[in-house]
Amino acid sequence: MSRESRLHIPRPPARPGAKPDFSYLATSPAGAVKRPDVNANTRDIEFLSTEMVRVLDEQHTAIGPWNPHLDPPDLQIGLRHMMLTRIFDDRMLRIQRQGKISFYMKCTGEEAVAVAQCMALRPADMLFPSYRVQGLQIARGRSLVDLMCQCLSNTRDMCKGRQMPVMYHWGSGNIFSVGGNLTTQFPQAVGWAMAAAIKGEDHLAAAWIGEGSTAEPDFHHALTFAAVYQAPVILNVVNNQWAISTFQGFAGGELKSFAARGPGYGIPGIRVDGNDYLAVHAVTDWAAERARQGAGPTLIELVTYRAAAHSTSDDPSRYRPKEDAAQWPLGDPVDRLKNHLIAIGEWSEARQRAMESELTDMVNASWQEAITYGTMTDPPTLDRDLMFEDVFKEVPPHLKKQREQMKALLPKGEKR
Amino acid sequence: MAQMNMVQAINSAMDIMLSRDPDVVLMGEDIGYFGGVFRCTDGLQRKYGDHRVLDTPVAEGGILGAAIGMGVNGLRPVVEIQFADYIYPAFDQLTSTLARIRYRSGGDFWSPVTIRTPCGGGIRGGQTHSQSPEGIFTHVCGIKVVMPSNPYDAKGLLISSIEDDDPVVFFEPKRLYNGPFDGDPNKPAVPWSTRPKGEVPDGYYTVPIGKAEIVRKGADVTVLTYGTLVHVAEAAAQRAQIDAEIIDIRTMVPLDVDTICTSVKKTGRCVVAHEATGFSGFGAELSATVQEQCFWTLLAPIERVTGWDTPYPHVFEWDYFPGQARMIAAFTAVMEASA
Repeated sequence: MSRESRLHIPRPPARPGAKPDFSYLATSPAGAVKRPDVNANTRDIEFLSTEMVRVLDEQHTAIGPWNPHLDPPDLQIGLRHMMLTRIFDDRMLRIQRQGKISFYMKCTGEEAVAVAQCMALRPADMLFPSYRVQGLQIARGRSLVDLMCQCLSNTRDMCKGRQMPVMYHWGSGNIFSVGGNLTTQFPQAVGWAMAAAIKGEDHLAAAWIGEGSTAEPDFHHALTFAAVYQAPVILNVVNNQWAISTFQGFAGGELKSFAARGPGYGIPGIRVDGNDYLAVHAVTDWAAERARQGAGPTLIELVTYRAAAHSTSDDPSRYRPKEDAAQWPLGDPVDRLKNHLIAIGEWSEARQRAMESELTDMVNASWQEAITYGTMTDPPTLDRDLMFEDVFKEVPPHLKKQREQMKALLPKGEKR
Repeated sequence: MAQMNMVQAINSAMDIMLSRDPDVVLMGEDIGYFGGVFRCTDGLQRKYGDHRVLDTPVAEGGILGAAIGMGVNGLRPVVEIQFADYIYPAFDQLTSTLARIRYRSGGDFWSPVTIRTPCGGGIRGGQTHSQSPEGIFTHVCGIKVVMPSNPYDAKGLLISSIEDDDPVVFFEPKRLYNGPFDGDPNKPAVPWSTRPKGEVPDGYYTVPIGKAEIVRKGADVTVLTYGTLVHVAEAAAQRAQIDAEIIDIRTMVPLDVDTICTSVKKTGRCVVAHEATGFSGFGAELSATVQEQCFWTLLAPIERVTGWDTPYPHVFEWDYFPGQARMIAAFTAVMEASA
């Protein structure tokens, strides 16, 4: 082609075979960012959207105005939830590789996001998850067996066999259904929060999307509605740098932080070290207090790194350096909280090992129980009549007819 | 000639068009450096550069809107929507502008966008990776709708789609990417190299839009189908020893009414089959066409074989999928009704 293109094409700093390069990542020293009053005017606190709230320093000490001063037992619980999330993920990945579930998605390296945020919220607050915040389920005390049965599509599957693995929900635990369609939960959370305000309640809603999803129009819808109605909602963008093979520059991350989208709509944006449990807890607490006082929504950008593949169908070695995760400048969230607890004399490597072993046993025992409710290949199996239920509240005549046709044509177990 | 699976054939079509026409550009999520989640664009960015094979933000509506603008400005965009299940954020751009821009501007503006998107189930993808929404698009005036069932047609039809000055939604049945599939998930996978239509010319050729193909000649019943169910119908006819005339519709809009009606008038019986849900599905249009044009020669009521009218259920995939048993039941019904 003789014509020369003048178009700008974003390119990630390093591709496979190259040295990891995170020079693009702007950080602030731990303790350096001011903590404004929750009722501060959005235009006066725009600095929160460009700097990075961090609490843990290089010596594993908690410093600065954002230090949430959590009690050591609470930190130990947080560490436990993060560890359990990681061990659960590792086990489920192996199970997928053995062909016992059809698909899986890990959140390795991002555990502090879901766990610390969940710990900063109240049980009656409604959570609208993406597919990579399973730590919300763990931190709210969901039974592992329930999660495993969903992945197995077995007789105890909360989704009645209809959903791919990890598309959990928890009605009584106030966690909405994970949608496979990106970003749809963002405006839905705003609507839930608007309803809470209409009903005069002080519950709030929180929602999670990835940075790639900010390109979807639902992100814009959510921020517009949240701003217009000053909805009590926390909108979280988990910037884990990669949306499958699409690096964050393709969502506009080269030009402006994702948190900085907030002030454009009149919503405070906070950029936080997503691998710093204490910082994540602190900013979430700040946003929650703001929402409960009627001061409106907050947009939080949690800067982290997707250390795992996008899903079991993905191979990240095709598009980013293998050593990327290990060299991520913000470290590992589990290690950082563990080291902090050790530094303040409230934990030890021995206790860490003991907990790891206890949690591994728990995950293994849960799996042994889960498979007694069936697997995709072994009985007991779900009644396939369930396929026709919940399309509508009542099964309409045409679906009743189709259900009968299915039974007549395909007696169970017969070759299709 | 070369052996190609459907992924390679689709890749080859885009490769040829990128090299023949400097106005052709590709756009989509993960399609450039990575080569696409199904590998359909593998190697094309390396060959043509990242200014012609563009990775995009994760925004289907943005992809479609931008493609329309590029098309209006003289380019010929070929966009990929990663799964047909993700096309809905682009629906407004597709239906309100892409389909109507020529009409609403009195013919002054138009945009020759091709939208490629994988559809259909059979890969344990649940309700967000298994849908067949072709019927929705056939209901929108101004869009051509194509779905090939084999590598040869895929390449030829995709080249025709890219060259076409009207917008085309090009559905790729993902269960057929690596081999034909007769509806039986327990059988070992069969590669495309076992089929004549896995033989694909290396160079340029076209398969015309608007032409159905008779893939099996027969006398007893006409089967109108497309996509994955072409292979299910062939296997079912063989298993049931039915002399079926199987027509691969290939292009839903514009529809090859002549080929359809000539066949039905000959056989007097008709089965309509697709993987998508039945209610208001494209099969209803096929049935209506046959009823209008062949009523006096029909020997039996038309039968439809479709997905049940529910979302695509993960674990019940093979109870949901309209496989051979359902196809044979329909054959039996049309044969007995006329006895």
